[in-house]
Amino acid sequence: MNWTWFHRLGSPKWFYGISGRWLPLLIAATVLLVCAGLVWGLAIAPADYQQGNSFRIMYIHVPASFLAQSIYISMAICGVVGLVWKMKIADVALQQSAPIGAWMAFVSLLTGAIWGKPTWGAYWVWDARLTAMLILLFLYFGVIALGQAISNRDSAARACAVLAVVGVINIPIIKYSVEWWNTLHQPASFTLTEKPAMPASMWVPLLLMVLGFYCFYTVVLLMRMRLEILRRESRTSWVRAEVTRLTGRKK
Amino acid sequence: MTDSIFAFNSFAEFLAMGKHGFYVWLCFGVTLAIMLLNVALPWLARKKYLNQEIRRLRWEAQNESGS
Amino acid sequence: MNRVFFLLLVREARLMFRRPGELVNPLVFFAIVICLFPLAVGPETQLLRTLSPGLVWVAALLAVLLSLDGLFRSDFEDGSLEQWVVSPHPLGVLVLAKVLAHWLFSGLPLVLLSPVLALMLGLPADRIPVLLASLLLGTPILSLLGAVGAALTVGLKRGGILLTLLILPLYIPVLILGSGVLQAALQGLPTAGYLLWMGSMLTLAITLTPLAIAAGIKISVGE
Repeated sequence: MNWTWFHRLGSPKWFYGISGRWLPLLIAATVLLVCAGLVWGLAIAPADYQQGNSFRIMYIHVPASFLAQSIYISMAICGVVGLVWKMKIADVALQQSAPIGAWMAFVSLLTGAIWGKPTWGAYWVWDARLTAMLILLFLYFGVIALGQAISNRDSAARACAVLAVVGVINIPIIKYSVEWWNTLHQPASFTLTEKPAMPASMWVPLLLMVLGFYCFYTVVLLMRMRLEILRRESRTSWVRAEVTRLTGRKK
Repeated sequence: MTDSIFAFNSFAEFLAMGKHGFYVWLCFGVTLAIMLLNVALPWLARKKYLNQEIRRLRWEAQNESGS
Repeated sequence: MNRVFFLLLVREARLMFRRPGELVNPLVFFAIVICLFPLAVGPETQLLRTLSPGLVWVAALLAVLLSLDGLFRSDFEDGSLEQWVVSPHPLGVLVLAKVLAHWLFSGLPLVLLSPVLALMLGLPADRIPVLLASLLLGTPILSLLGAVGAALTVGLKRGGILLTLLILPLYIPVLILGSGVLQAALQGLPTAGYLLWMGSMLTLAITLTPLAIAAGIKISVGE
């Protein structure tokens, strides 16, 4: 297998260039997928026979939950890459992912709580999934706080990497223990998103939204990483050239 | 029911979302706002950074020519 | 290698007995927190009995957390940690000895004190063995996981609150299982399965956390 692309990823300049070429495509994909998913999910998909129209909240709750979990896993992967191969881009990706992940966990919690009102009659129920998501949000806060507390950039990156790896080993344990706790205290009740079989008119927009959210994450991550790379490399000649090119075009 | 592809017969019904209009629109509104915020913050930070950098570069160039 | 492990344990013990206050403080904290709950929710026996598993576990967890802040601090300040990092012995073994000493002098006394406090909360006396078993299996996990956070934050000026933020989410499975075992025992359900789960979590923690603690110490010392 050809590994040159992987080694090239170690070069911030190469990453900056290639991500600049991919960004417009990804933005277009995000806008298309999210708009299509929104219109389909909000207006075209038939109402749920049990929950009525409130089930449409699923079209943001589920993608946000997926994204919050996968961002943490991708952070741990970046952490391993950063620890093993000492790759700076992986460090940047890890630390720039954490706020996005925290926002997505927050969206998932918020929509879950609002959805809970018409479904369960209360804004917050100690449902297994919502509780696990709340713990995930705390894990994100931990990574962000640790990264901000350590002043040395490389130490901060490696500390965050260790924490992310420890966290990702814990996530399945947390998930199963919370589920077990939930069944211990209340018989398995009606969960928000568990559907026996969803017709295509319902799950296709969901699929679109999930893909759209993943594209959205990539777009925001690339934007944040590109800025961070410019900041870190601000003394190099290529960043100076890039800055003069960008600001020159604007004026 | 009309045979249109939409699940709602009128725009008013679409806004009402059965009885759940408030919850649905609150969710979608807040999520959209958070997504826009996530895009806007790095974008604004980038603009600020570029302005700072160009000022720094200009200042350095001036100092070099002046000394 | 066994010798180094043993020597470190003896050193920790000697240090601890020179400052007995550090041994006693978490215990007093544990007792005070337990006493706060009846004062806050009222002295009804039935209510306290149903709450007792959770109360004992939350208080024990907080007491362990309190003692963790200083786990590596003095070794970091006097340079012992740097010596560990450059020494030829595997760092994982050294930190394991350190964590074991921490558990022996803060976790184990908590476990020994807990029956008294549990009885005060109205836990039936015949459930005490289950309480002891759950705490014996659970508190070492708390020490091990906490040591990861302590290692990562030891170089920071105000690491204490950050340590809490990093570690508490990771403690949740132990809390759930530990108090769950007791609740099952209170309801007369079998508890062996849950205790085995805790045992396997302890095994996993002993195997994996020394690696993470060692990595954390290397990062903190290298800064």
